[in-house]
Amino acid sequence: MCDCCSEHKDIYLPEMATITKRRMLNGTELFMHLEMDSGKELEHAPGQFVELSIAGLGEAPISISSSPTQKGFELVVRNVGSLTRAIHKLEVGQKIGVRGPFGSLYPIEQARGKDLVFICGGIGLVPQRSFIRYVLDNRKDYGKVTVLVGTKCYDMRLFREELALWSERKDMTLMETIDEAHDCWNGNVGVVTTLIPKVESDLPKSVVLVCGPPVMYKFVLMALAEAEVPAENIYVNLERRMKCGVGKCGHCQINGLYVCQDGPVFRWSDLAIVPEAI
Amino acid sequence: MSVSKLSKEQFGQFVDAMLAAGRKVVGVVAKDDRFQFDELKSAAELRLDYDVTILPPKKYVLPQVEPLLQFEVGGPAQSVMHYDPMILLGVHPYDLIAIRQMDELFSQGEYDKHYMDRRKQITIIACDVARPSKNIFASSMETAVVSDGYDILITDIGDAYLLDVATDKGHALMTYAKGLAAAASADLEKRQAIQEANRTALNKHKLGCKASYLPKLMEKAYNHPVWQEKARLCFSCGSCNQVCPTCYCFDVQDQVNWDLKTGQRVRCWDGCLLENFATVAGNHNFRKDRSSRFRHRLFRKAKYVPEKIGGQIACVGCGRCITACVADIANPVTVYNRLMEEQTLG
Repeated sequence: MCDCCSEHKDIYLPEMATITKRRMLNGTELFMHLEMDSGKELEHAPGQFVELSIAGLGEAPISISSSPTQKGFELVVRNVGSLTRAIHKLEVGQKIGVRGPFGSLYPIEQARGKDLVFICGGIGLVPQRSFIRYVLDNRKDYGKVTVLVGTKCYDMRLFREELALWSERKDMTLMETIDEAHDCWNGNVGVVTTLIPKVESDLPKSVVLVCGPPVMYKFVLMALAEAEVPAENIYVNLERRMKCGVGKCGHCQINGLYVCQDGPVFRWSDLAIVPEAI
Repeated sequence: MSVSKLSKEQFGQFVDAMLAAGRKVVGVVAKDDRFQFDELKSAAELRLDYDVTILPPKKYVLPQVEPLLQFEVGGPAQSVMHYDPMILLGVHPYDLIAIRQMDELFSQGEYDKHYMDRRKQITIIACDVARPSKNIFASSMETAVVSDGYDILITDIGDAYLLDVATDKGHALMTYAKGLAAAASADLEKRQAIQEANRTALNKHKLGCKASYLPKLMEKAYNHPVWQEKARLCFSCGSCNQVCPTCYCFDVQDQVNWDLKTGQRVRCWDGCLLENFATVAGNHNFRKDRSSRFRHRLFRKAKYVPEKIGGQIACVGCGRCITACVADIANPVTVYNRLMEEQTLG
């Protein structure tokens, strides 16, 4: 329903937003800060996504990377197709269509007071960042914060300056690894699962949040099972083809669930009887 | 409830009167030796004795390609929301039930104003099945007869049609009907006999359980070998999806006009059997195997969609998928019966 009257609004009609900042994070990932032209905030919760579009080129689901505690919102768009290629060409001040926010949120309430462990693989850092930043902005509400970041290769690392700042903070632990060794890299080498045994929090009592490429989940979940983390304490943020974002078009289904509405953030214990999930 | 009667000639005049008044009437017409829903030009074309149409009437409720928005390329968009009134004439009970399910799915949760506004403009004149099609199994699915959901229901009782006018929209059309008589009790008995017969006779494939048992049946069926066995022959052509009255998955695409300046965002039919239905950017396909796509369709019909609409089974037994499937593997009854047998054995 529309806010200002009792009429139903058109759920497929984007609103316009203006790009207020943009920069490349690596060779393929564009970071953008946007503000809605309506002057209103997006009012999203960490974990949600928007449908981003350019009229004539189409629409795609994109995770929100910023916390609602800040003004405007931030997205990271990988250059992979005709729409995202066009988005990469947009300059500051140009406009883009936005629908949403859509989907479920990170366990802001359930995780309160507990230790948090974020496991991020590659571009999975982007949606996780929305909750990490939320937690850092509400730091006293949460226990120890550990962020594990795994990236395929050195050149693809995201949010490098921000990771450097996180690594200096005393109220959180950042551990980073890259899959392939590199001359400029003195840190950990190996997949992100190799960092899990190094986590200092009491893992079985921590809330663990996982987001990464499809292949990563299986191995991370195996490692977490080995570390005796109960499925109730694990949250995964899943990617699917959320075409409509409103639970109609059918593309994002994992068995009977709609990722655009029931997800993208799922409690792992809720997916026990959902074989298509991982 | 009021049931009236029109001779067949008078019924033709009724349809022609609607057309003469400029009303858009979509009805069933012959297409070679088969049938289709199409815009009527005269009552003479109407074939209410049809068995089944090639495509279901869903194409008027959820068109194959439907503009949602219009835009200037790169600019803001506006909603396209203008829908003309239409009379959909000759909808069989199973297809009516499919439309009613779609009404529920598009209005629940996020309200789909495009679908609902279009739907509100449509007056449905349903019609009892006069001739069973070669693959119908509506009796098994308990969709052979309807007692509500239509604006008018007509039944061919031989020399005349009985008209059960159920809604205000239906009554409004009665102004075009001349010579209406009240149905006599003998007429109503004939109608009841036809409906009672259809309740069991529209059953070329017999489901081995009650339709309402299907969600439970599927609970243990996920890893059954039948999915692989059947899907081995699947061409991933999506014909079963296209002809299905309850399949409503869609894609959304932008079309740019010849001027390269303006265009529209359209929704168009899609099908979960098509290879790239669940493919995301970067070319990762979440339902890569034919068997997983084949299984998904039958789980949607028997479990996933029913969970959203109060247990109604999302297969209405029209049998179109059986006829359309090139590889002859789409028959839901064959699959469900196979699952039944082995669960009974196991």
